[in-house]
Amino acid sequence: MNTAHNPMSEIAKETYETVGQPLLKDPKMHVRNTNVFYGEKQAIFDVNLDIGRNQVISMIGPSGCGKSTFLRCLNRMNDTIDICRVDGELKLGDLDIYDKKIDVVELRARVGMVFQKPNPFPKSIYENVAYGARIHGLTDNKVELDELVEKSLLRCGLWKEVKDRLDEPATGLSGGQQQRLCIARAIAVNPEVILMDEPCSALDPIATATVEELIHELSENFTICIVTHSMQQAARVSKRTAYFHLGKLIEVNDTSTVFTNPQHKLTEEYITGRIG
Amino acid sequence: MNNNIKVGGHISRQFDEELDEIRSRVLKMGGLVEVQLDKVLDALRDGDSAAIVDVETLDDEINDLEMQIDEECTQILARRHPAAGDLRLIIATTKSVRDLERIGDEAERVANMIRHAMDHDASKKAFKGLQSLTEHVKELLHETLNAYARIKTRSAVKLMRKDQEIDDEYSRVVVRLIEFMKKDPNNIADGLDVMWAARSLERIGDHCINICENVIYLVEGQDIRHIDLDEVSEQLS
Repeated sequence: MNTAHNPMSEIAKETYETVGQPLLKDPKMHVRNTNVFYGEKQAIFDVNLDIGRNQVISMIGPSGCGKSTFLRCLNRMNDTIDICRVDGELKLGDLDIYDKKIDVVELRARVGMVFQKPNPFPKSIYENVAYGARIHGLTDNKVELDELVEKSLLRCGLWKEVKDRLDEPATGLSGGQQQRLCIARAIAVNPEVILMDEPCSALDPIATATVEELIHELSENFTICIVTHSMQQAARVSKRTAYFHLGKLIEVNDTSTVFTNPQHKLTEEYITGRIG
Repeated sequence: MNNNIKVGGHISRQFDEELDEIRSRVLKMGGLVEVQLDKVLDALRDGDSAAIVDVETLDDEINDLEMQIDEECTQILARRHPAAGDLRLIIATTKSVRDLERIGDEAERVANMIRHAMDHDASKKAFKGLQSLTEHVKELLHETLNAYARIKTRSAVKLMRKDQEIDDEYSRVVVRLIEFMKKDPNNIADGLDVMWAARSLERIGDHCINICENVIYLVEGQDIRHIDLDEVSEQLS
């Protein structure tokens, strides 16, 4: 592939430093000098970022800036794309995420994911939540599994709404309920980190508010990374915000700083609607 | 991101126009407040009673503008969800507009005191002593509005030092008035009127400084209220 006219490759030649506070003491996840390529094309450039324990961090930026690509590196979802290559050091605690010996299924139990469109399994509400716990052998018997399903649905504020119809197909739930079910499914396996890729973009404002409240509650026990196109959502739910632009991590700061006094011109331009 | 605040340049040109509209209304309001102070000065110098009526009339117009600008800022907050520099512009504007309206009220108060003094020779003489203070306050207001219009942090800091000179001048006026009242107890009522007017002028200086603080917040994103001026200069340099 000829990259001579690819603006991404021109950026790759520049050196840059992320503005703000990308690094933390004792982070939950640690990303250093990370580059991502789709074939010859570089999508992420030398990203250094720590993800804090039991904190919500939002990734924002224009379409194609690499925020979802970056998110998918954190539980090796990019492994499913043949031409994708990830360089750099990515750690969950002390665990090297890209260590060849690692069990990716095990990793994804520790770093769960919720997608843009609710994607319940074509099974019952109960089975959707129980499935992960069962394949990971997290419970010894039916009673324990029942308790886990109930606890997960309770944490997602869905228990009252579905407790009398646990055997009904999950696809019969509303969009907002389906998304909360997917979150319940993710937390049932007791992950340490939950990745959310635009989790509310298919939901109405009421369902969005419910999911945002859930994110806030879950952040007491889980580390959450959320990619969102809604800057208001990033402002509402996250403690830290990371701004990506053309594959570079431009700025990471406390959300309050990013939205009132961003330190980088590109961040300011994006959040004030001066660049698309 | 500081020292480089940009008001226009949004993808939404309509948003640019809305912000421009607000800023020009603020400057119009500032212009009217300046005219009020000019009229106060005319009344002090020449005993021009028509000027006093003008001050009152202008105050109605200023109050209307305050309400219009507040409403426009509310609409922008509700519909545009401004962030960063745009958010600071709206916050700084709503605060500055309140200060401008209060400057208008203080000018009206001074004008009313001058009207009362017109029938008393002693009082008229004492009021003449306020001319210099009024001129300096008017100058401060003019430069404050320039700092807002040009969004200049450095001018704002300079003006904050100037207000200290106005405070000193006010203290000297008070000392003179105390002497004036001590001379003859019959001077007390007139002296107090002048003292209240001087106090209003000094308060106008304080409102100008609030506007300067808002300009610094707008440009630098830093809240410098209640911080020593030397520390502010150091931080901003």
